[in-house]
Amino acid sequence: MTQLSVQHDEGAPFDVVLLYIFTGVGAFAALLAAAFTEDPLFRFHSYLFLVAFVLAAGVMTAGIGYGKFRSDPTRYSDGVIRAGVIATMFWGVVAMLVGVVIAAQLTWPTIFYFPEAGWLNFGRLRPLHTSGVIFAFGGNALIATSFWVVQRTCRARLGGGVAPWFVFWGYQLFIVLAATGYLAGITQSKEYAEPEWYVDLWLAVVWVAYLLVFLGTIWKRKEPHIYVANWFYLAFIITVAILHIVNNLSLPVDLLHHRSYSVYAGVQDALVQWWYGHNAVGFFLTAGFLGMMYYFVPKRAERPVYSYRLSIVHFWSLIFIYIWAGPHHLHYTALPQWTQTLGATFSIMLWMPSWGGMINGLMTLSGAWDKLRTDPVIRMMVVALAFYGMSTFEGPLMSLREVNALSHYTDWTIGHVHSGALGWVGFISFGAVYCMVPWLWKKDRIYSNTLIEWHFWIATTGILLYIAAMWVSGIMEGLMWREYTPQGFLANSFVETVAAKHIENIIRTVGGLMYLSGTVIMSYNLWRTVRMPGHEALPQGAASLPALAAAQ
Amino acid sequence: MSGLSYEAVARFAQQGGTVYFAILFFAVVIYALWPRHTETFKRLAALPLEDNEDNHVQP
Repeated sequence: MTQLSVQHDEGAPFDVVLLYIFTGVGAFAALLAAAFTEDPLFRFHSYLFLVAFVLAAGVMTAGIGYGKFRSDPTRYSDGVIRAGVIATMFWGVVAMLVGVVIAAQLTWPTIFYFPEAGWLNFGRLRPLHTSGVIFAFGGNALIATSFWVVQRTCRARLGGGVAPWFVFWGYQLFIVLAATGYLAGITQSKEYAEPEWYVDLWLAVVWVAYLLVFLGTIWKRKEPHIYVANWFYLAFIITVAILHIVNNLSLPVDLLHHRSYSVYAGVQDALVQWWYGHNAVGFFLTAGFLGMMYYFVPKRAERPVYSYRLSIVHFWSLIFIYIWAGPHHLHYTALPQWTQTLGATFSIMLWMPSWGGMINGLMTLSGAWDKLRTDPVIRMMVVALAFYGMSTFEGPLMSLREVNALSHYTDWTIGHVHSGALGWVGFISFGAVYCMVPWLWKKDRIYSNTLIEWHFWIATTGILLYIAAMWVSGIMEGLMWREYTPQGFLANSFVETVAAKHIENIIRTVGGLMYLSGTVIMSYNLWRTVRMPGHEALPQGAASLPALAAAQ
Repeated sequence: MSGLSYEAVARFAQQGGTVYFAILFFAVVIYALWPRHTETFKRLAALPLEDNEDNHVQP
């Protein structure tokens, strides 16, 4: 396809025509759905699909007219990565802001409670925050960095012609559908898998396209070996596809209605959900970001990977073990006890690959430790690895039934998740983006090193405040819930345990606000970097690859 | 019919799966530790360091 497009500059390549037809058919189907449905929520989402398809068709009409879809196999496809970086930062700020809002709602429920606007209630905003940071911020960071890494380490342009752009925009449409759905009250009540059946189907299409683009690039590679980062990215893409499809198998009540019911019932439903849920942590938030780590840490430290052997063993042991750990979310439930024990056992076994990976990342700095003092970006990535080590140490402990009896349903879990999300996922992504922006926009450096220092220290302090507050409130709350009077009654009502956490909730809100401030500072710094004059070594025009216009 | 009973399928999946995964994993470990691969791994460990921020696909 790419060869075809080079030979015939005047005509649009086949893949572009195919996507063009797809947008037309999609727009027509969305219009029919909007016209015939009796469900106002489904009509609202049909209109969103319609707007997206019409916009895509319009942009593609202009793009084909101006010959924007030529793809040059001698150049890397960087336009879609630039768009991915912009989307990462945009969704990062939005989703973290929502996080601060819901933290404030828990802290000052009389001030931040809006009875006249039901869609701003905690129950609607909470999945918006979790999906926003995991899938919108984290997902865009993963797609953007995976596109960078796979091209550079395979020495091949992204496969599939216009398909990477379909993946990018299709994923943004998924995010908008999911987010607006949560606010409107559309949910199938599965944690981290709240979107309803039609949004799930759309994501499945986009995700398979993502897999094909990634595989297509590996297929075209000039480097005979597949670099370890690509193995991690590939495991992330394949496993998330399987998890997503299996967990979301459901029957809609009507093809023109938003509501659907899971094909699983009772404890099977719970087990499938937490098989999905824990592997969303293991493959989305761990394997994907380890792929990022194995490229950007050596790159930034200018040191080879400490042990490539260890990276291979690390990869396969992580993949083999993680998939079994899900049942530890269902201790003391109707799930058979042997299954609970199995989940806990595999969680304990995860100590080995997790710490193997952390040590491999940290030791990559041997001979370059002085950079920790001078380079805030490498410091950010090292702190990310430290938080990775800490939260993967804490997780297996919490998976033990005895510890879980105290920690489950308390703020301890929230603290654990945030030390992984803010510390590991957030910081390794920030580090990768700080590396990529000057490369992508052809600049010598980031606009201000001082602002990166500010970002680092504000965000690090924010994380520490956040997780320390959650440890204290989580253990206190867990102890209060199991406290009995001498007569054998529960000593505390639920609302008393909520009131007892007020100070910790204030500290958590402040910590979250500091972390958000760091992200805002970073966005400003990156914007100023993009606005700086570029270095003249490369002609700017040549780097403007297909449909860059669509990205900005 | 008894050939496809729950017990038979579960036994095949559990025992067969354990053996299959164990063999696969040990094969990976042997591959990783094989002395002849030392030089390849040394080159691969430095793969990200090749100067490739440039937009041109490298030969």
